[in-house]
Amino acid sequence: MAAPLLSIVDLRVRIGGSQILHGVTFDVPASGVTVLLGRNGVGKSTTLKAVLGLTPAGSQVTGSVTFDGVPVTNTATHRLVRRGLGYVPEDRGIFAGLTVAENLRLAERVAEPDYDTAYGLFPELKQRARQRAGTLSGGQQQMLAIARVLLNPNRLLLVDEPTKGLAPRLVTEVADVVTRVAQTVPTLLVEQNLALVRRVGQDAVVLAAGTVAYSGPIAALLEDEALTRSLLGVGHHHNRTGAA
Amino acid sequence: MSTFILLLLTGLGLAGLYFLVASGLSLVFGLADVLNFAHGLFLSVGAYAAWWAATSLPGAGADGPGFVLAVLFGVLAGALFASIVELVLIRPLYRRTIAQVLVTVGLSLAGVALLQVIWGADARPFPRPAWTSQATVIGGAVVPKSSLLLVGVSALVLVGLLAFLRFTRVGLVIRAGVEDRAMVTALGIDVRKAFTLVFAIGGAAAALAGVLAGIHFTTVSPAQGGSLLIFGFIVVVIGGMGSITGTAWAAAAVGLVQQFVNYYASGLGDVCVVALLALVLLVRPQGLAGTTEGAHA
Repeated sequence: MAAPLLSIVDLRVRIGGSQILHGVTFDVPASGVTVLLGRNGVGKSTTLKAVLGLTPAGSQVTGSVTFDGVPVTNTATHRLVRRGLGYVPEDRGIFAGLTVAENLRLAERVAEPDYDTAYGLFPELKQRARQRAGTLSGGQQQMLAIARVLLNPNRLLLVDEPTKGLAPRLVTEVADVVTRVAQTVPTLLVEQNLALVRRVGQDAVVLAAGTVAYSGPIAALLEDEALTRSLLGVGHHHNRTGAA
Repeated sequence: MSTFILLLLTGLGLAGLYFLVASGLSLVFGLADVLNFAHGLFLSVGAYAAWWAATSLPGAGADGPGFVLAVLFGVLAGALFASIVELVLIRPLYRRTIAQVLVTVGLSLAGVALLQVIWGADARPFPRPAWTSQATVIGGAVVPKSSLLLVGVSALVLVGLLAFLRFTRVGLVIRAGVEDRAMVTALGIDVRKAFTLVFAIGGAAAALAGVLAGIHFTTVSPAQGGSLLIFGFIVVVIGGMGSITGTAWAAAAVGLVQQFVNYYASGLGDVCVVALLALVLLVRPQGLAGTTEGAHA
């Protein structure tokens, strides 16, 4: 078995007096999409933020994170990102007051950013280059947030609920993009939409009560309806929303 | 009509002074979340450095190119001092707001006391070119040239700052950082480098305000920075944190209100400025140009 790209060991996070993660341990392999699942509020986004060093001021983070064999637990966020960690946050994190072009320019980390890929996937962004990002629709903002990480060569993408709050048509579109991007860059994806998860992911990590409750192939998890229901609180066979 | 023109131009001159003080405060608060009570000291450092240069630095003087050199010396001293303050005192305390307030208040008190020990508490005549004490006639009004100087210089600084923010990479990082600092670092950018630069720019603008205040009020004293800083804070709150255009509009409003009200009801100008502040806080607490989303993440 190949060495994992990202290795998280006993990650514990305490924010403002409440313990969010109680010792999370899992690996992200160097290819494909690993999906991070779990009920709302279980700490999926916090896990990504803790890896990046983006937890709020005053929070306590312990445990170790290793990226491509190098310990990065106390590495500054911008240094970690410069090592090839692309982040698409849950709230999209676009800069509303800047134009679309400025949002993209800000994200450039290399001398020759890959605008061909970004504009190739999202031609709409090129047409709207001079528009203020705050006036874009939710779907367009999500495209901008994804396009931003595609400008640079990344070794791992951390993508947090890219389909959240999007119309079904856009969910399909974003799912297509995530699938295509994942063919070239390994991705750790937080996603609630099980239809999408089934389509794009290979491995699943399920969080429950601040620890890892399941780690293994997605297919095995979703086949076990009782397990799925107990861990995720949904009967996915009846879940008809989203991309199917 | 001539009275109106006089009040308008002298009010805008005052506004220029407030803008120079407030622009740095606003950027520093908007980007780095630092409430810098030592900002008034940057102003005094600039004024005293220019004063020292004009009297003691070879080649510098109170007139012509020598005066320009003295002003440049003061502005550089302000920028350098502000950078050192950021690197040595503020940087270890990021994310610790109360500690920052304490350290900047302490620095400001200590700095003013130090100026008093070295040069005395009394106001000293500020060296300045003779033409700045003259007046010129505009539309029938006899307007002090120093007011016009204030308007002109602050307008140039405004245009320069806007161009810097709009057209440079660092300016882009600053604008983005004011919106969401954490996300800027998540794009692989070391936003703290921009903090130091913003402190230096703010220090330079405040130092320039100190020099211009010396010219306009004809004297320099250790307490000058502190009293101008109060209006600087009022302008920042009215204008909205982190917005240069908001700061400019707010400075104009404060300067004009103060000047017009003081002419017709002497002494009530400051009261009306505070009333304006209260009104803005009630109706639009985020300031004229502020958005409801803070710069926090």
